[in-house]
Amino acid sequence: MRFVDEFRAPELITKASDEIRRLADPNRHYRIMEVCGGHTHAIYRFGLKDLLPENVELIHGPGCPVCVLPMGRIDDGLALAARPGFIFAAFGDMMRVPGTHGSPLEYKARGMDVRIVYSPADALKLARNNPDKHVMFFAIGFETTAPSTALTIARAKAEGLPNFSVFCNHVTIIPAIRAILDSPDMRLDGFVGPGHVSTVIGCRPYDWIAEDAGKPVVVSGFEPLDILQSIVMLLRQLRLGESKVENQYKRVVPWEGNSAALRAMADVFELRPYFEWRGLGFISQSALKIRASYARWDSEQRFTVPGVRVTDPKAAQCGEVLKGVLKPAQCKLFARECTPEQPVGALMVSSEGSCAAYYNYEHRKPVTIANAAAS
Amino acid sequence: MCLAIPGKVIEIDAKNALQAIVDVVGVRRKVDLGLLQDAPPVPGDWVLIHVGFAMSKISEADAADQMQTLMMLGEAQAAMEEVRGYGLEEDEVPPRLGSGRVQ
Repeated sequence: MRFVDEFRAPELITKASDEIRRLADPNRHYRIMEVCGGHTHAIYRFGLKDLLPENVELIHGPGCPVCVLPMGRIDDGLALAARPGFIFAAFGDMMRVPGTHGSPLEYKARGMDVRIVYSPADALKLARNNPDKHVMFFAIGFETTAPSTALTIARAKAEGLPNFSVFCNHVTIIPAIRAILDSPDMRLDGFVGPGHVSTVIGCRPYDWIAEDAGKPVVVSGFEPLDILQSIVMLLRQLRLGESKVENQYKRVVPWEGNSAALRAMADVFELRPYFEWRGLGFISQSALKIRASYARWDSEQRFTVPGVRVTDPKAAQCGEVLKGVLKPAQCKLFARECTPEQPVGALMVSSEGSCAAYYNYEHRKPVTIANAAAS
Repeated sequence: MCLAIPGKVIEIDAKNALQAIVDVVGVRRKVDLGLLQDAPPVPGDWVLIHVGFAMSKISEADAADQMQTLMMLGEAQAAMEEVRGYGLEEDEVPPRLGSGRVQ
């Protein structure tokens, strides 16, 4: 219970932890997946595993956009940006993600014009400020980020801005959950649903998981107490033999989602027939492409993309970790060839990737009074 | 990144009602309100910001909780860097890598 004293309302944390122990049937092993990378980070950071009984296991899901992006897409984006007069703009997260011939940061060191932006709107601004250059925004993210990209593209069109395009890698969370549930080596009892993705899509898109797949879903906030409460709500359903969608994060997530954000996405994007996910392979209708009506602002429709396909390094077992079949430390490369400083697989790059979270908070376990005394 | 940043709407842009000045722990930046146009916030409202766009309106108490969560997660500094980076105002200062996470 590493951080318990720092928690807000520590007595409620203890209460939730006790309730989890009370609800969990000792003859059963529970496997609960937290879909969102932000939850994964919070779970490791707060040491929440220590507050759960041994038979309640958390499986880390695919909700880290940097982690699920196949290397071929990075290669494609960088190949495009290597054209003369191009600026490659992306969030800071992308900068250390390895492509076949290096990360965007390494390309920058070799002379490519690579810029970090904190908002897609700033990539647009970059294009306005550099009329003699072409700014390509390398867009990544789930439904939390996709509406902002959509509005930015719509504005580029409204302005008629000629020197801006988006290399779109936006993905959608529901097909990934479906792929995981369809995976034969996967057994799950329920889901801690993503918090901020749900501010956009609302809670209805999870209905099929409860109704057809028979697994409970609880959309959760990010505080330790939120996550523990969500686990209580899941165990309560499981105990009663129920499966429904519940919203623990009502203070932020409206049941119907954000209508303006959904409209912006529907206006600019359509579903790709299929898209490759690192570790999960090709998943049908799992990603967004820019509609033909915005073709001029779509890097892929405007320019020729090499369409690189790269298999993940054989020794790295990102796929198994991503599906929750292996724990990060069970991968052969973990903490040896693959570290946050020198990542081989993408799960080690982002702090929301389960390998980086595991490495930072479990592998390099800080010395506390409790574990110093025990060793 | 998955964790959104809480801020207080200070002023709506007189020329563009979809832009507002938002204060995040003393740092004021332009934030886009385009995704809240069905229920536009007014000065004094609190919002959650994600990659420069306000995503949802929240209460003041929830805003304080959210900031506390960012601090406990060790993400408060990255969040502030992200906010400072909005609008390219600090082009001359190269931002630290590893922030500006998305979800």
